[in-house]
Amino acid sequence: MYIIVIGGGQLGYHLTKALLSEGHEVLLIEKDAKTSQKLIDDLGSVAIRGDGCEASILAKAGTSRADMLVAVTGDDEDNLVACQVAKNKFAVPRTIARVRNPRHEPLFRKLGVDVTVSSTSIILEHIEHEMPSHPLMHLMVMHDRGLELLEVTIPTGSTSVGKKVRELPIPAETVLSLIIHKGQKPVVPNPDTVIAAEDQVIAMAPAEAEEALRTALAGA
Amino acid sequence: MGCGRVGAQLANTLDSEGNDVTILDTDAYSFDRFLSPEFHGTALLGSGIDEDMLRKAGIEKADAFIAVAHGDNRNVMACQMAKHIFHVPKVICRIYDPQRRDLYMLLGLDAVSPTTLVAQVFRDKLGI
Repeated sequence: MYIIVIGGGQLGYHLTKALLSEGHEVLLIEKDAKTSQKLIDDLGSVAIRGDGCEASILAKAGTSRADMLVAVTGDDEDNLVACQVAKNKFAVPRTIARVRNPRHEPLFRKLGVDVTVSSTSIILEHIEHEMPSHPLMHLMVMHDRGLELLEVTIPTGSTSVGKKVRELPIPAETVLSLIIHKGQKPVVPNPDTVIAAEDQVIAMAPAEAEEALRTALAGA
Repeated sequence: MGCGRVGAQLANTLDSEGNDVTILDTDAYSFDRFLSPEFHGTALLGSGIDEDMLRKAGIEKADAFIAVAHGDNRNVMACQMAKHIFHVPKVICRIYDPQRRDLYMLLGLDAVSPTTLVAQVFRDKLGI
């Protein structure tokens, strides 16, 4: 595949090296004079100096034959514009933008960016996993469906302890997929499954139902 | 959005014409430097690509949104937020890069390129 990477910071540099080692054709575009010179010294003709949001630079880079453009500069607005120019002027099939502010993700997708990656969200999720007091964790987000795969650990004092699944105010369109009782194998819950403290519940839910699900399962 | 020379002059003009104007900038000094002492509107310190800040500026009730901050991409992003998230009826964007301006015009953004306009003014002034 021919992949264009915009932004030669740490992320862009290591991404470029990883893609090269996988055998892809890669071009790294960096705006800053000093940084781009270092990249050219290191990577040779794989790196060029230029503003990846400018149509003339992207034309020079042969963007119209690119299979993918990945914009990983430190500024959300630059990543958005690079992807929009690639998509709309050069018909790049797949554009991926790094997003610093997680709240920008829905806007970017609405504006035609195919995939958004929020480093902030990813780091937050990992930290969540390391916090035992946190009953709800995001396992996966399916942006194209608006769904989240969640894991809820039932706190000892929760109102759901001792209740059957059918008695809980589980929000609509939410599916409890698995329950893992402590020290046991996972089971697919039915309406009569009784919730116990320290159970792990795996659920698929629309993003907007997350709070209601948290209250239903882990509320005190 | 953007209280540079252009933004401030525009804000002063619109204000003196009796409009309700809010001006945003990330640098408080620019308000002192460029806004007229007679400016009756609101000067708000913050970024125009921050949804909360736009709400605070009253964008949900705004009739028009104009982005003349430094940086084409910042303006482009803020204007797309104004148009697609807040559905402001009139959105105008400054984009220095004429190629980028043409592209965003095609994508439905009303955009002005000072580069093209000013180059033309100079060209005409030559009178040859």
